[in-house]
Amino acid sequence: MPSEVSEAVAIEHGMTSEEYGRLTEGLGRTPTITELGIVSVMWSEHCSYKSSRLHLKKLPTTGERILVGPGENAGIVDIGGGWAAAFKIESHNHPSYIEPFQGAATGVGGILRDIFTMGARPIAVLDALRFGPPDDPLHGPRNRRIIQGVVEGIAHYGNCIGVPTIGGECVFAPCFSANPLVNVFALGVFRKDAIFLGLAKGVGNPVIYVGAKTGKDGIKGASMASEEFSEDSEAKRPNVQVGDPFLEKLLLEACLEAMRTGAILGIQDMGAAGLTCSTAEMGGRGGVGIEIDLDLVPQREEGMTPYEIMLSESQERMLLVAERGREHEVLEVFRKWGLDAVEIGSVTSDRMLRVRHQGDVVAELDTVFLSEDAPLYDRPYGAPRRTAPMAGPSLPERTGRQLKDDLQRLLCSPDLSSKRWIWEQYDHQVRTNTTAGPGSDAAVVRIKEAGVSLAMSLDGNSRYCGLDPRLGAQLIVAECCRNLSTVGATPIATTNNLNFGNPERPEIMAQLVESVEGIAAACRHFAAPVTGGNVSLYNETLGEGVDPSPVVGIVGILGHTGRPPGPCFSRAGDCVFLLGGLLPGAQDDLECRFGSSQFAVSILGQSWGLPPVVDLAYESAVHEAVREIVRRGLARSSHDVGTGGLAVALAECCFGDPLVGAEITLEPGVPALMALFHEAPSRVLVSVPQERAGEVEAVARASGIAAPRIGHTGGRDLAIRVDGGLGFQASVERLHAAWDSSFESSLDVQ
Amino acid sequence: MKFGVVIFPGSNCDHDALYALSRNLGHEAIEIWHESEALGGVDAVFLPGGFSYGDYLRCGAIARFSPVIRPLRRFAADGGLVIGVCNGFQILCEAGLLDGALLRNRDLRFICRTVEILPGTRASAFTSHCPPERPMRIPIAHGEGCYFATESVLDRLEKEDRIAFRYSGANPNGSSRGIAGVLNEGRNVLGMMPHPERACDEAVGSTDGIAVFSSMAAALAKSQATPDAV
Repeated sequence: MPSEVSEAVAIEHGMTSEEYGRLTEGLGRTPTITELGIVSVMWSEHCSYKSSRLHLKKLPTTGERILVGPGENAGIVDIGGGWAAAFKIESHNHPSYIEPFQGAATGVGGILRDIFTMGARPIAVLDALRFGPPDDPLHGPRNRRIIQGVVEGIAHYGNCIGVPTIGGECVFAPCFSANPLVNVFALGVFRKDAIFLGLAKGVGNPVIYVGAKTGKDGIKGASMASEEFSEDSEAKRPNVQVGDPFLEKLLLEACLEAMRTGAILGIQDMGAAGLTCSTAEMGGRGGVGIEIDLDLVPQREEGMTPYEIMLSESQERMLLVAERGREHEVLEVFRKWGLDAVEIGSVTSDRMLRVRHQGDVVAELDTVFLSEDAPLYDRPYGAPRRTAPMAGPSLPERTGRQLKDDLQRLLCSPDLSSKRWIWEQYDHQVRTNTTAGPGSDAAVVRIKEAGVSLAMSLDGNSRYCGLDPRLGAQLIVAECCRNLSTVGATPIATTNNLNFGNPERPEIMAQLVESVEGIAAACRHFAAPVTGGNVSLYNETLGEGVDPSPVVGIVGILGHTGRPPGPCFSRAGDCVFLLGGLLPGAQDDLECRFGSSQFAVSILGQSWGLPPVVDLAYESAVHEAVREIVRRGLARSSHDVGTGGLAVALAECCFGDPLVGAEITLEPGVPALMALFHEAPSRVLVSVPQERAGEVEAVARASGIAAPRIGHTGGRDLAIRVDGGLGFQASVERLHAAWDSSFESSLDVQ
Repeated sequence: MKFGVVIFPGSNCDHDALYALSRNLGHEAIEIWHESEALGGVDAVFLPGGFSYGDYLRCGAIARFSPVIRPLRRFAADGGLVIGVCNGFQILCEAGLLDGALLRNRDLRFICRTVEILPGTRASAFTSHCPPERPMRIPIAHGEGCYFATESVLDRLEKEDRIAFRYSGANPNGSSRGIAGVLNEGRNVLGMMPHPERACDEAVGSTDGIAVFSSMAAALAKSQATPDAV
């Protein structure tokens, strides 16, 4: 580590010459090496959102239920009865590529701290994962190692700390082979009058460090997450933190207990950029200064430099400000739980972050200069990079037999096959509140104390966004809200994780801008404001970037604590309705829009054209109808028609316990491939007892949506008849066996 | 009936047990901190699931040294009812209150799923109300639930009718002879990997776990009616 700071050293720290100039000018002197380290992480993409901040302002962020919006550790919504929910999504993409198990595990640990630092008890985790295909001819072995490591890491952390992992999604594409995405969502609940914020206040109040000791792990992790990877990425392994879920469990219980003393005024976890970010942000938000003495910081080893102590990302640490005179009440609680808790400094009036080490001041920086005054870029953007051509091949003619084979192949593709192998490794039941878990369109937990339930869904679709990021983003939000509607929930708020490549390229920046604008428009339409999220850029290795991959997580509310209908048919003899109609809004350019389907990719081996069209007004009319049907108890099952199209959705409906077949006849005049595999949005399959069919039709009429009755449940086969006498009959048992086992067997290859 | 639920650092099914026992089943249920030297006059002790002390070293290996284990041993020796579920079962084995050990699952992966189990005996304070033929649907959630004991110990457990539960469908974790739960010699201490406390509420999937606790309540009532019978 050079002790002389120069522009060259700043550039090694990932800063630009302009940024270094801004720093020296702001300081009026050459920074110390510790200061340079602090500023380089605070101004990194990961911490400062310097490329995205301008565009994130376009997102709707207010609403009647929103108690805390973007800018805090997590967003908070009012769920009624004096209760609130805090939730957020965060990525741990870069570390999960370098060291899958610890990278993913600490991703869970980090987002859980964001939730309990606000005073909420975490009660649910969901994750959105993107990997390279397990059967990739070239990268298969590495992809499988990453998949196994990430899933085990999430399981290890979540299971041990006792927060159920209740849902999520997992999708594969070659662009994720060297850039896996690990986005973790967490939600917690608490009394709405007991919200804690990450700000420092009260000059003279003690600043207290609690939790794990500081070590040399994860130094500059935030900077790593703000760069592309090259060949020597292996060398970055020391930048990945190591998690200890047991310690975090103690920290969780101790923090919640300490908060109940009433002596804590502000609290923030030490995540990215550790002690640096927590001190700078708490001071910045409170408009005050913080002075700390590094000699007092609990350290794992001797001889750590101030630079290392300030930039360490050791896990399971928190920083809090307590009321002077009552600090012993706080310290006592941490002692009970066997945790380090040490006063390392105090709040000052001068807005400066002042760091002392062995008697010397080693850093002295304005907290506002570090956070709010961080660089802000209006990066140039043009037309988004398209991931496939506009024109597609001529579509093949299919016999009934071939259609059946197509369905089976789709059900066995990594994207659509059962992910039981993944979610059975997660304890999705602990806390005994999961009323709809993995395998359901939306996960649901009951909040017994508030008399309501919360539904959650994570959705993304890089294929759609690669063809049209704006429309793709709207489709994602529509699907997410549709998933919530299938369990009867009304959306209330959104969090998003924007995963993109290098924003310094205009065609990538354009993907980001259009995706954000698409999310903004759709969230406004569905009255689901965005309360925060995470931006992960530079998901590139050796110049190969990820397809644009925004992920949205939307929380919905239900007015009861009972069990919602599941996605699968539950008995023979029920009517099957296709709410929304066969191909809503997709009558023209069907074949162009077919190019974004799973069928195109998995069966024809290519993609082209555009994502399906969505009419947002019609989409909400469908959601309203589904909610009404579920609320009135008419639906025995309710399932979104999503990736793979109607045939795949129907097959999934048959895969309950026990398996139930169905006989389906689709309206004539629609070509078989389109009827079975087109991914038109705004559709939900419900099964309904015969005697209540009239009520379903009445609800659909009142909502102004099409709701053809397409058949009935029963038998051991799924039989589908389409236009022109084509059709097939497939054994549900055989389809299920293939769907259920194919993902696990794709991992078993040696 | 008054249950005490022991909380070790790292326990995470403690809330679930307290809720099921008190709210679903109407018993009194109190928390017992692992540093307690007394059990607070409870009728039965519940050792919940979780990762006591992070399950570092070996599951349950550190928890057995907690102060609360001393009064627990006396309570068990006096015939008090003790049920250990999941990590609780592992702790009871490590503490020597039950025979055998729990090893890593056969597939070396954590498994969370609902399985079917049948009582191996109905002659116990925990299984008398369990249906003899119809399998009970109870969730499991563990990485180290493969029950292991030497052949001679397994033979003795069977001979003494101390197999409390067996997996009735597929054996999920490779347990010896499909064992899901065992009793001590005195038949007043039960360890089981499946979570009956997660199966006491229709809203979360199953109520088959209630039979375990209603058996305990019946046994307690009987022992109080005839104090010498335990």
